[in-house]
Amino acid sequence: MKKLLVLIMCLGIMLLGSSSSHAQMLQIKGSDTLINMVQRLSEVYMEKNAGKYIAVTGGGSGTGIAALINGKCDIANASRGMKSKEIDNAKGNGISPKRVVIAMDGISVITNQENYVTQLTMDELGKIFRGEVTNWKEVGGDDMPINLYGRQSNSGTFVFFMEAVLKGDYSPKMNRMNGNSQIVEAVKSDPSGIGYVGVGYAKEATGINVVKVAARPGATYASPLNAADVKSGAYPIARPLNQYVNGSPKGAVREFLEFELSAEGQQIVDELGFFPIPNEYEEYNSKLGL
Amino acid sequence: MTRIKDKLIKFFFFLNGFFVIVILGGIFLLLLRNALPSFEEIRLTEFLFSSKWNPTSYYKETYGIVAMLVSTFMVTLGALVIAIPLGVGTAGYLSDVASPRVREIAKPVVEILAGIPSVVIGFLGIVFLGPIIAKTTGQYNGLNAINGSILLAVMALPTIVSLSEDALGSVPKSFQEASLALGASHWQTLIKVKIPAASSGILASCMLGMGRAIGETMTVLMATGNAPAMPHSFLDSVRTMTATVAIELGEVPYYSTHFYSLFAIGLVLFIITFIINLISDVVLHNYEKKVRY
Repeated sequence: MKKLLVLIMCLGIMLLGSSSSHAQMLQIKGSDTLINMVQRLSEVYMEKNAGKYIAVTGGGSGTGIAALINGKCDIANASRGMKSKEIDNAKGNGISPKRVVIAMDGISVITNQENYVTQLTMDELGKIFRGEVTNWKEVGGDDMPINLYGRQSNSGTFVFFMEAVLKGDYSPKMNRMNGNSQIVEAVKSDPSGIGYVGVGYAKEATGINVVKVAARPGATYASPLNAADVKSGAYPIARPLNQYVNGSPKGAVREFLEFELSAEGQQIVDELGFFPIPNEYEEYNSKLGL
Repeated sequence: MTRIKDKLIKFFFFLNGFFVIVILGGIFLLLLRNALPSFEEIRLTEFLFSSKWNPTSYYKETYGIVAMLVSTFMVTLGALVIAIPLGVGTAGYLSDVASPRVREIAKPVVEILAGIPSVVIGFLGIVFLGPIIAKTTGQYNGLNAINGSILLAVMALPTIVSLSEDALGSVPKSFQEASLALGASHWQTLIKVKIPAASSGILASCMLGMGRAIGETMTVLMATGNAPAMPHSFLDSVRTMTATVAIELGEVPYYSTHFYSLFAIGLVLFIITFIINLISDVVLHNYEKKVRY
């Protein structure tokens, strides 16, 4: 008799708990670079709009895009553009991916604060991460072997950095860390370390230097912490942070996107360390009616 | 009536056993079915003998698993070197030396160790063990094969301790009494009589521990650095087969060559575990024939 009572109580609790899932939950998956920012945006959005539910998870840009292609999420966070193979796959699955730009990022190259090398050219960066330059003394530092910290192949940052800076393959000796935070922690504790992270993770971090980068030898060294440099293109590793949706955004998806692009949303983007959208991308977004 | 009940119960147990075999066979077939299409594009010699794994390469995709195989075996061997002496020693302590009260506390504690989630252990590897390793070896970074080995040893230890202790406990008391009666000390009895008598169970526990270490994914993903290069020493960053599959499966486009190649890695893991179990079975069988009274 007692056991029956306990069973009924458990069932009752389960039913109570499940009633909240009647509401439609927006699924957002993907980039580790975007995750903190989009989580904060959705928290504020949910506070202001009772009855709306948003779930944000990570896994890397590649994972998010794959989820969109397989119809497993509503919005894919991507810190890189979709590849043409991915777009073909999506269309083959009946998904029509549309890109919305929600913020700007300057990928920050970070080194340990004890390392007095604080500026590098794009060419030197490429050589370092391709594994062609293996000692800090080759770029003006101490005689220390260079320890590389990067992301894994599911990361949009990994792919973007490879295409923009390396134009080749990463060194097989590079440590593939699980996310931006892990790279920051690794470089913090390794005097010979160098890594790349989204600017939101580098801005407030202690124990690291953000390297200034020159697009060509002889050009000025620009910092990703400087909003003007990122906007003007003086900082060569700037990129738009995207969200991909299926088809023209409607309903709950559209409302959330509009919130992200509003003044309040862009203010949150700024608080999280990234940069608000420049005009050219505002125009791009407006083509989707946003 | 009882004849029918008897038959039904027998059939029920038969179904259960049959079902388990079906699941195992099914997993193998699924792996095979999804791994074979990859070999339409990848040459088997490249897969088995090349050490470059780079399916998302800028230039040409390469699919060689040798570096991963070496990494997996390095961390596993390292884990066993630590866990087997420690584990069998602990089992010997618990079964022969510890007082009943100590045993009552220690055995559940060892079993709780088995219940710690692998993410937590991986986390400890990054935050706690990594800096210690870096300091003691003079390296800049503690995310390497040694880190993975120590963590995997911690995970394999409860299995080895538990099963070895059970094996030692099931040695007939008459063996121990006869040995002591002949004048051997407790120490000599443990080492020269009980452990050899229980060796089949101890070997089985080591094999299970090895299986656990080979298949462990999350811990090695977090704590070994994941560099795909061929490792040259235990202080190098390594990437095991399990970590490779875990990293890449999330973002791979379904049904592409890359997708199928990950299943091929899974198939290799399955075959390795199968061979280990087969070998331990054969060894146990032969040993039992010798020791059988």
